[in-house]
This record gives sequence, structure tokens and C-alpha cells, in this order.
Amino acid sequence: MAIKQLTVFIQNKKGTVASVTETLSKNNINLRALSIAETQDFGILRMVVNDTVSAEKILTENGYLIKTIDVVGVKIGDEPGQLTSALNVLDYAGINVEYLYAFMARTEKHAYVVLRIEESEEAECVLAKAGFKLITDADISKL
Amino acid sequence: MAQNYFQKEIETMSAEEMKKLQSEKLVKQVKHVYENVAYYRNLMDEKGVKPEDIKGIDDLSKLPFLTKADLRDAYPYGLLAKPLEDCVRIQSTSGTTGRRVVAFYTKNDVDLWEDCCARAIVAAGGSKQDVCQVAYGYGLFTGGPGLNGGSHKVGCLTLPMSSGNTERQIQFMTDLNATILCCTPSYAAYIGETLKEHGYKPEDIPLKAGIFGAEPWTEEMRKGIEEVLGIKAYDIYGLTETTGPGVAFECSEQTGMHINEDHFYAEIIDPDTGEVLPEGSKGELVFTSLDKEAFPLLRYRTRDICVLSRKKCSCGRTLVKMAKPMGRTDDMLIIRGVNVFPSQIETVLLNEGYQPNYQIIVDRVKNNDTFDVNVEMNSEQFTDKVSEILAMEKSLANAMKTMLGINPAVHLVPPKTITRSEGKAVRVVDKRKLI
Repeated sequence: MAIKQLTVFIQNKKGTVASVTETLSKNNINLRALSIAETQDFGILRMVVNDTVSAEKILTENGYLIKTIDVVGVKIGDEPGQLTSALNVLDYAGINVEYLYAFMARTEKHAYVVLRIEESEEAECVLAKAGFKLITDADISKL
Repeated sequence: MAQNYFQKEIETMSAEEMKKLQSEKLVKQVKHVYENVAYYRNLMDEKGVKPEDIKGIDDLSKLPFLTKADLRDAYPYGLLAKPLEDCVRIQSTSGTTGRRVVAFYTKNDVDLWEDCCARAIVAAGGSKQDVCQVAYGYGLFTGGPGLNGGSHKVGCLTLPMSSGNTERQIQFMTDLNATILCCTPSYAAYIGETLKEHGYKPEDIPLKAGIFGAEPWTEEMRKGIEEVLGIKAYDIYGLTETTGPGVAFECSEQTGMHINEDHFYAEIIDPDTGEVLPEGSKGELVFTSLDKEAFPLLRYRTRDICVLSRKKCSCGRTLVKMAKPMGRTDDMLIIRGVNVFPSQIETVLLNEGYQPNYQIIVDRVKNNDTFDVNVEMNSEQFTDKVSEILAMEKSLANAMKTMLGINPAVHLVPPKTITRSEGKAVRVVDKRKLI
């Protein structure tokens, strides 16, 4: 069920993010969502793309240190309180969220939240039970 | 300026007398080593040299060299020349690939070492009127114990501060009117800066002299320290293998360090051929312990590049002078007074499951050494969580600290980001301008 997140290790230096995104764009990979966690020295680029398999291959060929991991994708209504209620569901189930980021859909009145959770299957279960729509890689590539 | 000496007879001995003394000592020492140190006996036998072949100091070049590799192979007792029951002390330094150098001392060895340090303190103007603050580390490191012993011998009131806790250093210095400071030059500069920040002017600081060593420092650094503390700053040289600080010391002329050559005979050799070079040539410094009983290293190659001079010195001492070391014949770095070999970093990385793709970056910021190690991370280690990567860096830094005794800042970097020069990774970037 989960969606794939492409994770890239970069140095916290001028131009490093652009070199990653340029590599992807040259190969027609489209970014759906992007988030960066940074320290003084390094950054971790977290991306959801339209074609993870190709992106993974291209970045590896270009010498990037990458890792593809499963994350939970949830579709939520684009109105106040929607994210909170999704998070509350996880909280009640005792599930910890490591980090999250969100992006808007282009046409529908929806937003998507990407959640990094250790127990991702369990999280998907409780979210689905609570009526949230989970998204898949197939959904992402259609966006 | 009137000159004082701690052991005038030795320190101002004529060249002929000194040579005679050294010759007598060497003959006895070679016999002692040959009889008691199987490791060196084997080296001599391999070379076909017998103790009888050594009739004086001119025969020294017949003897085989010892290197750090020998110390490692013979660890811990292989070079010990006295029964352990006659030894009263060890001192130690980190060695290559994790093997430490452990040096043993008899009572007499400690005594002669302290004499050497006392000569250094007196040459810096010290006497029993002085209050000597020893801010070198105490413990296995030779700095603290050596200068502490020397200070006792001179009769100074000794403040055994050890290194660190700068506020306390300043409190004791100013409350008890310390007149001589002994520490690494970078720590002296740091104390000086801190005093300045506290509003002290050089004339308010009771110090008159400093004896600084255990790491390379420049003339500019000397000027800076002398200005901020309002003192004269003297260099001191030594190595644990030989004894510790006090192997050589600076006098009022401040143009090189007098070697205590009645105890430690110095040679300069061509590092490639091992050939002894004439006075004034640049080469590798080699020491022979003429008096040490427990750990008497003969022809120990220091790897320091140096020049010796017998030019007449205005201080009246006739002891041969060595220039500040001008570099190394190996890749050893001295960081914050601690010897660091890149191979030690490599060992830690392999132990911790990393590839040995690393770069050591050393710099000096505000007179303090910075020590950074960049390590390339591989895909098995990479995680998407910042906290885990930071924890990996911390744990690597701790492992390096355990190996080296000093704390590096470890930075994990992406693969292939470490500078390569003609395809070969550059392991050390030393940005300090020390020579």
C-alpha cells in the first residue's frame, strides 16, 4: 500500500539541491513532493517522484548516496483540522511519526500528507479504519 | 643578563670533555643494552656488531636504528632493560594502529628527567623564588609530571594545575602570583586571550616566563603569547620514547634548543640512507639515551626533521642546539599536543564498520587546533533520519577519542566527496602554517 520515498544524502553546501533536481529534470522525472532536513554539515533530501524506479537508477548512476523507503501517503481534505484528525488517529493508536510533509493536489480540493512511520503497515490500518484514503505509487504517478 | 645554570659543569662543559663523557657513557650503555635487551641484541647480532666494537661516541654509527615500529613489535616489555621491580614509573603516548608507547623509568631515570626539566626552568630564568604553574596534562602524558618534577628540583612553589579549567588557572595564577607558566603554546595563547577578555593588561599579569612545548608553534605565535601575557616564551622539546619534555630546551637567546646531550646524544641522518650527516645539515633527528636504565633506546629515529648547531651561544651553554623541528619524515600530525597518525583513524573506521575513506582537516583558529575528520558514508549506513546520522557521527568521534586521546569533530559525507588528487584521496589537509 505504502508509497516510495527517495532519500538522498547531500552536503549542506551551495548548489547541492539544485544538482540533484537538475539530474532528475534532465531525465524527465517529475517531483511530487520535496522536503529537506538539514544540519550544519549535511542535508537529507526526501522526495516523492512520479517514477521512483527510474529516479533511483539515475541518481545512483550519478554517484548519489540514496535510499528508497516506504512511507505512508494519506489523502486529506483541504480544510482546517484535517491533518490534526489524521495525526490524532495515529496518536490514539500509540504510533509515533518520525517526520512528515505535505503537498497539494493540482486539481482536486485535496492535500496529501507523507508520513514517515516505523510501523507503517499498522499506521495504514488504523488510518484506513478511521476512513482516511491512503494513496499508492500508482496514484502518485497519475497525479 | 646574568646567566644561571641548574648544572653548570655539564651545561658549560667543553666540547672535548663532553665527548669524553658521552663516550664513556655510551660504552657502558651499549653493554647494558646488549646484555639485557634481547630485542636489540638480535638487531646488533644481525648487523654483526658486538659491544666491544663500540669504543666511543665515534663508533655510534655502527649500531642499528630503532623505530616506532620496533616499539610496537616489542610492546610492552621487549625493550625493557631492567627488572620490573627496579622500575617505579611508566609514561605513555598513543602509538600507531592502537599500540601505545609505554616507557619505563627507574628512580634514576625519573631523576635525570627531572634534572633536564630543571635545567629548562632555570634557563628560562626560574629559581626557588618563583611560583611555577604547570598546566600541562598530568597522567600518562609526560608534560605535567616532567615539568612538575623539574619545578620541585629548582625549588619553585609548584602549582600542579594540569590542563583545562581555564577560569581556575587564572584564579590561581593571579591569586598566588605565578611567575612561570608551563603548558602547550596553544593553551598559553588561550589563557592569554581569556585574561585579556577579563580585562587584564600584560603588566597586571604576574608571569615573567613561559615554557611551552609538545606541539609545533611559530615565531609569530611566540610574539603573540609574549605580548598578551607580558612574558618571555621559551620552547621545550621531548618525546616519551626518550624521556619526555626536557630532552632539549631554549635559553635566553631563543634561537634553538640546547640538547641535554650528556643524557641524550643527537645525530642527524639522511632519512633514506641512514647515513650520518655533518653538523648544519637538515635531516632526521636520532637520539641515543646514554644514561637511561629501564628504557634505554639506542639510535631512536624520531622522524622529526631538524638541524643541529654547535655555534657559540650567548647564554654560555655549550650544549649542542637543535632548531625547531621543520617537519616529519612520516605522516604523524601533532594536534593539541597529541601525536596523531592517519593510520589510527583508519583503524577506528575499519573497527566501526566504515570504509577507510576519510580526510583529516587540521587548522588553527585563534591559536587553537581544530581537528575535523570527514568520513564517506556508504549506502548500508545511510538512513533518512537526521538523529541517527548525528548519533553515528558521535559514536565515531568517541571511538577516535578513545584511540587518540583527543576529540575530533566527525562529519559523515556523501561518497566520493573527499578531495582526490590524481585519483588518490588526500588524507590530511593541514591548514596550520607552522613552519
